[in-house]
Amino acid sequence: MQVPAPFDYVRATSVAEALQLLERHGEEARLIAGGHSLLPMMKLRLARPDWIIDINDLDELRHVTVDGGLLRVGALTRHADLLDSEEVGRLFPIVHDAERVIADPVVRNRGTIGGSLAQADPAEDLTTVCDVLRAEVVVAGPAGERTVPMAEFHRGPYETACGQNELLVEVRFPVRAGQGSAYEKVERRVGDWAVAAAGAAVVLADDGTIAEAAVGLTALGLEGLATDAAAALVGQRPGEEAFAAAGRLAAEASAPVEDGRGPVDYKRHLADELTRRVMRTAVARAGALTAVPGG
Amino acid sequence: MTTVQDRSAMPQEREPNPALSDPDRPIGYGRVQRKEDPRFIRGRGRYLDDIVLPGMLHGAILRSPVAHARLVSVDTTEALAHPKVRAVVTGKDLEGLNLAWAPTLSADVQAVLATDKVRFQGQEVAFVVADDRYAARDALELIDVEYEDLPPVVDARRALDPGAPVIRDDKEGQTDNHVFDWEAGDAAATDAVFARADVVVSEEVVYPRVHPAPMETCGAIADYEPVEGRLTLYETSQAPHAHRTLFAMVAGIPEHKIRVISPDIGGGFGNKVGIYPGYILAVVGSIVTGRPVKWVEDRSENLMSTSFARDYIMRGEVAATREGKILAVRTTVLADHGAFNATAQPTKYPAGFFSIFTGSYDLEAAHCSVTGVYTNKAPGGVAYACSFRVTEAVYLVERMVDVLAAELAMDPAELRLKNFIRPEQFPYRNKTGWEYDSGDYEPAMRMAMDRIGYADLRREQAERRDRGELMGIGVSFFTETVGAGPRKHMDIVGLGMADGAEVRVHPTGKAVVRLSVQTQGQGHETTFAQILAEELGIPPEDIDVVHGDTDNTPFGLGTYGSRSTPVSGGAVALAARKVKDKARLIAAAMLETRPEDLEWEKGRWFVAGDPTVGKTIAEIALGAHGTVALPEGVDGNLDAEVTYDPPNLTFPFGAYICVVDVDPGTGKVHVRRFVAVDDCGTRINPMIVEGQIHGGLADGVGMALMEFIGFDEQGNCLGGSFMDYLIPTAVEVPDWETGYTVTPSPHHPIGAKGIGESATVGSPPAVVNAVVDALAPFGIRHMDMPCTPARVWAAMQGRPTPPV
Amino acid sequence: MQVSMTVNGTEVSRDVEPRQLLVHFLRETLGLTGTHWGCDTSNCGTCVVLVDGVPVKSCTQLAAMTAGHEVRTVEGLADGGTLDPVQQGFMEEHGLQCGFCTPGMMLTARALLDRQPHPDETTIREAISGQICRCTGYATIVRSIQWAAAHPAAAPSDQEVRA
Repeated sequence: MQVPAPFDYVRATSVAEALQLLERHGEEARLIAGGHSLLPMMKLRLARPDWIIDINDLDELRHVTVDGGLLRVGALTRHADLLDSEEVGRLFPIVHDAERVIADPVVRNRGTIGGSLAQADPAEDLTTVCDVLRAEVVVAGPAGERTVPMAEFHRGPYETACGQNELLVEVRFPVRAGQGSAYEKVERRVGDWAVAAAGAAVVLADDGTIAEAAVGLTALGLEGLATDAAAALVGQRPGEEAFAAAGRLAAEASAPVEDGRGPVDYKRHLADELTRRVMRTAVARAGALTAVPGG
Repeated sequence: MTTVQDRSAMPQEREPNPALSDPDRPIGYGRVQRKEDPRFIRGRGRYLDDIVLPGMLHGAILRSPVAHARLVSVDTTEALAHPKVRAVVTGKDLEGLNLAWAPTLSADVQAVLATDKVRFQGQEVAFVVADDRYAARDALELIDVEYEDLPPVVDARRALDPGAPVIRDDKEGQTDNHVFDWEAGDAAATDAVFARADVVVSEEVVYPRVHPAPMETCGAIADYEPVEGRLTLYETSQAPHAHRTLFAMVAGIPEHKIRVISPDIGGGFGNKVGIYPGYILAVVGSIVTGRPVKWVEDRSENLMSTSFARDYIMRGEVAATREGKILAVRTTVLADHGAFNATAQPTKYPAGFFSIFTGSYDLEAAHCSVTGVYTNKAPGGVAYACSFRVTEAVYLVERMVDVLAAELAMDPAELRLKNFIRPEQFPYRNKTGWEYDSGDYEPAMRMAMDRIGYADLRREQAERRDRGELMGIGVSFFTETVGAGPRKHMDIVGLGMADGAEVRVHPTGKAVVRLSVQTQGQGHETTFAQILAEELGIPPEDIDVVHGDTDNTPFGLGTYGSRSTPVSGGAVALAARKVKDKARLIAAAMLETRPEDLEWEKGRWFVAGDPTVGKTIAEIALGAHGTVALPEGVDGNLDAEVTYDPPNLTFPFGAYICVVDVDPGTGKVHVRRFVAVDDCGTRINPMIVEGQIHGGLADGVGMALMEFIGFDEQGNCLGGSFMDYLIPTAVEVPDWETGYTVTPSPHHPIGAKGIGESATVGSPPAVVNAVVDALAPFGIRHMDMPCTPARVWAAMQGRPTPPV
Repeated sequence: MQVSMTVNGTEVSRDVEPRQLLVHFLRETLGLTGTHWGCDTSNCGTCVVLVDGVPVKSCTQLAAMTAGHEVRTVEGLADGGTLDPVQQGFMEEHGLQCGFCTPGMMLTARALLDRQPHPDETTIREAISGQICRCTGYATIVRSIQWAAAHPAAAPSDQEVRA
């Protein structure tokens, strides 16, 4: 069995201590939470930190709360915790859609939302989910906390606004009344990274037209939201025609690369297909909410 | 005189034996819980990596990062300076010991450690022995190797091009990448039938490279004792006796001083048949350091360097009448054997038993020719539950019959029913020389069709097609040839393919049976106890099954090719019958009667006409070891040993039907249902038989939909971890629906045919046929495995491209 | 470094390398070889143990990270001489062949049944979908877990084997 190269281990007991440790050990230190991205890389010796700072004891970072108009999710919240939260599923069904297809159930017991976002793998699902929901992330650093919109946090594959001496502490999702959302992924097998995936969130106007829309793509080479697709939806009456237009624009915005999961034309087709599917589901969910009196 | 005699002389009421009539607790065949399970469910199995010997060191192998390169230098200075490193072995060191190259199981040689060139990515270059496994891994990074890149041969179709780089320039006289040509059947007769046939269909059918990937990887612990020159070798081996003999030949250690122990094996599927360089390196490491050395490969090493399976590019052709009578099948095959010809198959069969590609059909003629080539890929070829290439043969013919059905616009099940070998034709000699022992195909096919509701499914399919939904129904019918094999025809490196069994009934009537075959999860400890129980009437729980240790078991070739029950099972039954015959002589002496006056019921000889007077096996055993006056020529035990040379192979068969739904928007295949009707002759433990089938069905879904070892143009392996080599989980497979018929083998002592590989052989064509059937609205007649979403979608766009 | 944790109800404390994986701590430092391993990439689930009652891949967790937590391995499934119903179910329904993935499968099954005593087939299949079995084709594993759900009372181990 492959094993990591030697390193020193230290366990942080508070966010402040974790930040001090990051400051002290600099570039050679890596934080570990779930460890399911970092440890396999270390076994392959593609990552060889000198210091591992374990933040699993930071209970203050493991919470799911609705606070005013915000759903606040601590960075150390496990994928399984999010799936277990009925409130998350009710407010943001897209999160449950995505969580159900992230890795596998055992990995989800350890993997964290903060770890997923900070790793920023291009095939990682929660970045798209957070983009679509216009989430903000809270980053703690030597100078205190700062709040970064998702669009600014995620800077590209494996690259985020979180500095080496900083720690992602919370993700905040604005709660929108009447919002419907959905995520769908094509994978070769359960536990595989996405061949492609799409996420969408919509709010319907009183007249039934689309008041707000956001569309995001995973593993399709698009950074940030598919803004043209979303723009084409706003003001439209939901239906196959509108969804097809959005799908076409999402596919145009995508820039997939060929790999073992499929060729470019297939992936671009999936951008279209999955955009239409998540729009259908998101609109149906939004419709169900507005159809219920007081919903 | 003795108590035993006195007691038996007493008049006894004969009570029905509840044990014999209780179906929940059979003494003999029937559903019995496995004897091996109590240790496994407590985590008390003893697998190779669980074994710790005093003073044991750990080995790790440095492997080539490139597919083809000249080895310029290997600098081990820094690694040797590591404080925990005890030895570093290179190809140069092995050359000095004449161990740099080892013979393969197919009359070729394979580099133990590279000396001149590396010939595939993952090839063994150096071996480190260190105090612990972490340090051994660390030291690999301290070895400096200089490679001079050479152009690789990756595409087997280009391997024989003039000017293709010669991979095996180590072999004297080798000027190209050709390994062998082999053919079977009558080419002229086949061509003649094709020339006059109404209909000929032709298709290139690729069975891509896959890997058995047992959950436990391969490994060895070598413990060389220098004073007496004894080697104890713990190995993940499916064939411990064959390994011992080969080690004696390779390493020059006398065979009687080698003991091979194969402990609990965490799955084999053919992957643990070969002798890998790592095993030899563990031995070298132990000799060099004077301490036991453990080497266990990691998953990438397993997937990148040990025996892969398949890799056959087949051109299949079928000739038929317009009414759907299949007349002939012919095929030419390009076989990718990788960098060394290390397949494990009988000497005279370089393409294994591929010539069973005539399938289950009564043909007028058949012919195949197979060309093997070297490429810059890992060596191997058979493995992964393939029954010596029967997998490729069945896949070819069952795919081609569906292509013919499409051409004739006939139902594929009906087309098969029309062409089956009829029951009265058995034993049936096919056009490539096999003698099928027994079969009754139509009832199995009908049962499968009934179980799945074939007619209703076809109706449902038509309705769904009208709605634009893609539903497919795939049929396959296979006949295997397993239980290799008769020694007059079959050997592996000169060793006849027989197996031994040794039975001892202890004085108290408990028994031990010793086997030459080696379980990897098949439940031998239970099945073989049941065979003995059936023959002698000793309850299975009173029988110990010993295997996996060459010091304690008779010689035999081991477990692969579904041969344990057909070969060793025959040996056990015949040994039991020897015991029974001997027991009759002893019982007669005890009862002071003539042996011919005794009759047998399970577990007991009794006086014909007076069932109250008799002797149980336990009583006879005590008598044999006691003071009973034994007849002339009968010695004082109840033991027997048999080496079974099967007169023929056995021919299990089955009918499989698979239903899939394909997502038209994504190409994703969902296996909705799978019905498998198997006939393996006599069923010893139905629970174990079903388990073997279930596992093979999952293999088939895996290969059909996702398993694939691919390479890029530089020869980099693209399936070198479980992130890329995908194996189905519980979510991708359905709840299997099984049925069975029983057509015993007429030549086998207990009529059993073997079941280990039937489902792995029979299921891939059922799944692929279902996918292709689903894609019929797109005019698709064939697509190759693996049917991943992307590849299915490409087929829907009219681009059903081969995977290699 | 010194690492202390509770393993199968017993407090253990050992001096290990910071990089030691939990699977090696269990197998090699403690000699609990019932936990197996099958890959390097956290895909196969052979190494699953329960940490604080939750299934975890012990190849993807450092022993150091586990300090202060409770680990349960296959050796801790039976309660003295009494088998866990899951163990019984695996024997009854032929949920194992080579036995290599079995400890991880049984521990995941135990955790599932603790949360959800009567899961349906889909739930069971999803729960074990992070773990690969190469022998059984999964149907008998599903049935084994269903057997355990239907027989929640543990059975004495001396009645477990009839053959």
